[in-house]
Amino acid sequence: MEYFLQQLINGITLGSVYALIALGYTMVYGIIQLINFAHGEFFAAGGYVGVIFMSYLLSQGAPAWVCLSGSLILAMAYCAMLAVAVEKVAYKPLRNSSRLSVLLSALGMSIFLQNGLMLTQGVYDKAYPTELTQGGFEMGNVMLSYMQLFIVSLTAFLLVALNVLVFKTRIGKAMRSTAQDKVMSALVGINANRTISITFAIGAALAAAAGIMVGLYYGSVRYDMGFVPGIKAFAAAVLGGIGNITGAMIGGFIIGMVEIFAAGYISGEYKDVFAFVILIAVLYFRPSGIMGENVDDTRV
Amino acid sequence: MSEPILELRDIKAGYGSIKALKGINIKVYEGEIVSIIGANGAGKSTTLMTICNIVQATSGDIFYKGERINNIVSDKLPKMGLCQVPEGRRIFPRLTIEENLDMGAFFRNDKEIEDDKERVFGMFPILRERCKQAGGTLSGGEQQMLAIGRALMSRPKVLLLDEPSLGLAPLIVKQIFSIIKEINSLGTTIILVEQNAKVALSMANRGYVLETGNVVMEDEAKALLNNPDIQKAYLGE
Ligand SMILES: Nc1ncnc2c1ncn2[C@@H]1O[C@H](COP(=O)(O)OP(=O)(O)OP(=O)(O)O)[C@@H](O)[C@H]1O
Ligand SMILES: [Mg+2]
Repeated sequence: MEYFLQQLINGITLGSVYALIALGYTMVYGIIQLINFAHGEFFAAGGYVGVIFMSYLLSQGAPAWVCLSGSLILAMAYCAMLAVAVEKVAYKPLRNSSRLSVLLSALGMSIFLQNGLMLTQGVYDKAYPTELTQGGFEMGNVMLSYMQLFIVSLTAFLLVALNVLVFKTRIGKAMRSTAQDKVMSALVGINANRTISITFAIGAALAAAAGIMVGLYYGSVRYDMGFVPGIKAFAAAVLGGIGNITGAMIGGFIIGMVEIFAAGYISGEYKDVFAFVILIAVLYFRPSGIMGENVDDTRV
Repeated sequence: MSEPILELRDIKAGYGSIKALKGINIKVYEGEIVSIIGANGAGKSTTLMTICNIVQATSGDIFYKGERINNIVSDKLPKMGLCQVPEGRRIFPRLTIEENLDMGAFFRNDKEIEDDKERVFGMFPILRERCKQAGGTLSGGEQQMLAIGRALMSRPKVLLLDEPSLGLAPLIVKQIFSIIKEINSLGTTIILVEQNAKVALSMANRGYVLETGNVVMEDEAKALLNNPDIQKAYLGE
């Protein structure tokens, strides 16, 4: 039982990360039907901006909460701007081209950004100042670290904030209507390009937050860290029903849970496989994902 | 007469190699209902989409209130008072009825939006009953009412309507057309694209007949109604 609880906590933690990354895939897909293969690189870039700034603040003697929130805000802002630039350079000029061209452009962007990170930051792991979130609560043999608490509560906050943004605000309405009908949105006065930029920015900011979380969780970041979590988060978005915001959140938590429980109860070596086994199984029975076309009111 | 509020001068437009408009001239004066009739594929919808710059004119000029608007991006036009209810209504299917109406007032931030919404609900009481329901769940006639309501939320000076009667039962058509008349009588200039030429011409001041991208006839609506050629080709007589 204790073991189960421990795995549950770990699963929720990892699921938080996947959920945050999956949202970027799903929102961008929802608005321009593009699978943004470069999205994992925003996550990696966020992890790097986070560690660089966090270490700097720490060396200046800043208190832990300043280090954490300062680097978080900076990483999110940086990745938001990066994503807006990527969209302008690599996707916008192809707005009226075939979907395959845009997809290839996204792949190219992914390679470009990853190599950029490698050239500027080196090929070795960069260590995170984990002392910031050391310690935790122990209940018997179950451990809830401060870091996990930080990850889960920050994720909860971001998910609520995102829902308010998308479903309650003006800009959220613009995003949803642009996703549903770009011509009609223009006819009511919505600037589609601006709305698409904002969507990229939001998705990348969430990925950046996830990058910092992973850095803290595993203790380090690496230039190619975007690839595997990126693929898994993409699987999560598809699992939830791509384009659907609630679906991406649910999908993220499911993939995180499955991975942790599979590693804990079945095999650590094959943990990465199980996420995809679940994905295939769900898609076999529900091709449009858990929250696909039938439960459609939270598609962007 | 004074200057037209909207004028198309020798407008050519198309889709790639397809030439949908081959140099059309249309004038619309303030307060009028102008009807554009024509067969399938004549270029009626393209005309409206070109006015709104969704389709770019390849040559010619479009003037609105004396200003050349060819290069004004589509999403700036609603604020200038130019508003379209496109063919097929294009309700946002996953927004609620109320959100759809709010979208019509997207560019506004004045205090009277709620009053205008009440006005629309007064015109179309069914929309009030269903206001929390997704737009996509409405029937065709209800969607047309919503589309018109959404357009009214932007307080248009000139309203472009593309086949508002399409696919609707005669009773609903009657209702929609009487609302259009009412909107016009409250001061909105209207361009009415219709296949239902009889009804359209009987409520319009003037009419244009489009054939394969050309205006082949323009006249007072009454004169068109009495024209034997028009009767044969468009009024089924
Ligand atoms: N998106 C498009 N791409 C290519 N060709 C198009 C497109 N839209 C319209 N056309 C072509 O342009 C011409 C004019 O079409 P348009 O839709 O303006 O006609 P319409 O008069 O509105 O017809 P209908 O009464 O059927 O609505 C047609 O030949 C049509 O095939
Ligand atoms: Mg048409």
